[in-house]
Amino acid sequence: MRKSMTALLAAAFLIGMPGLLTAQVKVGMITTLSGGGSALGVAVRDGFKLAVDQEGGKLGGTAVELLVEDDARKSGKALQVANRFMKRDKVDIVTGIIWSNLAIAVVPKVVEAGIFYISPNAGPSKLAGAGCHENYFNVAWQNDNLHEAMGQYVARKGFKNAYIMAPNYPAGKDALRGFKRFYKGKLAGEIYTTLGQTDYAAEIAALRGANPDAVFFFLPGGMGISFIKQYHQAGLTGKVPLFGPAFSFDQTILGAVGDAALGVINSSQWNKDIDNAANKAFVAGFRKAYDRLPSLYASQGYDAARLIGAALKSTGGKVDDKGAFRAALRKADFDSVRGNFRFGANHHPVQDIHVREVVREGKVLTNKTVGKAFSDHADAYAGQCKM
Amino acid sequence: MSLLLVLEQILNGLQFGVMLFLMAAGLTLVFGIMGMINLAHGSLYMVGAYVCATVFQLTGSFLLALAVTLCASAAVGMAVERVALRTLYSRDHLDQVLATFGLILFFNELTKIIWGPRALFLDVPAALSGSVQIIPGVDYPLYRLAIIVVGGLVAFSLYWLIVRTRMGMMIRASASNQEIIGALGVNVPLLYTLVFGLGALLAGLAGAMAGPVWAVEVGMGENILILTFVVIVIGGIGSVRGALVGSILVGFIDIMGRAFLPASLGLFFDPATANGVGASLASMSIYIFMAAILVWRPQGLLPVHGRYR
Repeated sequence: MRKSMTALLAAAFLIGMPGLLTAQVKVGMITTLSGGGSALGVAVRDGFKLAVDQEGGKLGGTAVELLVEDDARKSGKALQVANRFMKRDKVDIVTGIIWSNLAIAVVPKVVEAGIFYISPNAGPSKLAGAGCHENYFNVAWQNDNLHEAMGQYVARKGFKNAYIMAPNYPAGKDALRGFKRFYKGKLAGEIYTTLGQTDYAAEIAALRGANPDAVFFFLPGGMGISFIKQYHQAGLTGKVPLFGPAFSFDQTILGAVGDAALGVINSSQWNKDIDNAANKAFVAGFRKAYDRLPSLYASQGYDAARLIGAALKSTGGKVDDKGAFRAALRKADFDSVRGNFRFGANHHPVQDIHVREVVREGKVLTNKTVGKAFSDHADAYAGQCKM
Repeated sequence: MSLLLVLEQILNGLQFGVMLFLMAAGLTLVFGIMGMINLAHGSLYMVGAYVCATVFQLTGSFLLALAVTLCASAAVGMAVERVALRTLYSRDHLDQVLATFGLILFFNELTKIIWGPRALFLDVPAALSGSVQIIPGVDYPLYRLAIIVVGGLVAFSLYWLIVRTRMGMMIRASASNQEIIGALGVNVPLLYTLVFGLGALLAGLAGAMAGPVWAVEVGMGENILILTFVVIVIGGIGSVRGALVGSILVGFIDIMGRAFLPASLGLFFDPATANGVGASLASMSIYIFMAAILVWRPQGLLPVHGRYR
């Protein structure tokens, strides 16, 4: 009896051993999976997971353990999860946060503790300028970027009296600041709405009264769906053209607003028709795995995973040597699905920003790339970053 | 700032208030009669919107979708009451809050499993699309007018149901003292299930009508639930009349704050400050109002009299 027990124990050890011997990297993902805005977090998670699954549970040849937790778009909850990830689970890398107010609360705590944070979405100016950190990398964009592209586009098209609106939170302020950096015309109005607001009747009535020649809005997730529908119902579609960043016309939004968004111009660092091998593999893989079109959030989650993969590959799966892993991340030696990509001095992307149009392809609404707003565009805060 | 704009904003406030009333009426009834805090009320609203969107997409008929939604949400509500909430009436409010919060998580996950994480598309029915000129110079979306009318009808029918019918009498009596009316031979558990079904039906109706205007997404119920609680606290917990007054007030204050606060602050501050401060103040305005009401009349504007509990 005792013998067989020993044998069993030994067998258990042997089976358990390989897991202990191979280097394993723990990635903690804090993202929004419930409540309003959950579509964004789900997309980032699915994109990230796809990259891991495509390598058979590994990134850059190293086995990856991915822990995913919901933050419900609440800073308090996100902080709680971050603490648990750092203290109990001892993760090596944290990623996943969608909303800038959450990122501002969580990211400094994580990076100060010597843990790497890879942002697949939120890129608040506060963390790009004076608040930058050597352990913080943003693989998506600095918040202002896409809005800057739209500001430039609207100005170039000769609009002179734009009405601009965004939610009253850090990314909303970054958005309108970014737009105004390149748009120098008059403003018919500059409105900040509540984050998570669903009814825009008051704003739309005021907008109509202000009589603008263009409307620029940044309302990600469900907020954008509500706004576009109500704008359409107020009879303004086609009278005053809408412009926005990709977040306002992302794949998760288009299906829910229908034809009201058709023909709208928006700006993005990524689109599903960008022609490169990595993007083709991503779009095809995503459609196969999840049976829907990927959104830009999914592309960002995917790129975040592949950035980590590239760095792990170059360090041989080691994260303990922080300096080496950091240098490997900084090189960004992977084929981004968006094509042209590298990190600037503040660990934020230097990349092309494209102009897209909402079109109908068969039965689904989607975006088509129609031009380029910026090439090799860096953010405005890099100069303030002392790293 | 023209007079016409003010008028349009008044209508917007009324419409928003009516929407809140549909939610608040059910919530306050359930609280007033069963003493039950039901956080899952927002989930029934979400179920209503999802069912309506699905049936509308399948059949193309909004009326049919509405009918199915009302039946479905009442059925779901009554099932939830029978299965889960019945055991909670005698427990204290904290247990109820915990359990119904669990129900929120359950419904959100279930919705995600059935419909997927993406928001659904629900368009305004063709007959109600477009806008009408209510007075020269003010075009108002027809659909929003329809919401106001439906809300008015619901308010009237509820008044009639509660004040004029036998069922209403039993509802009022059981709110005052359920043991006595149980002793008098009224089937109290059945009455509770029916009242809960009515509340769920109203929440489903609100969800179905919100669908074409607001985003149909997982978690849509939580946003409006918070406002609904503000409404019933202001109106007086358990009072349907209070819910009506409270929701119209909240609707007005919210819309007016958003529409005019930033502009009026612009008279005193530079535009950037006025926009920032105005937006923040506007989003706080209803909570400030609620706090003021709680100081002035802690029992709410139109409290229920003769509550036994």
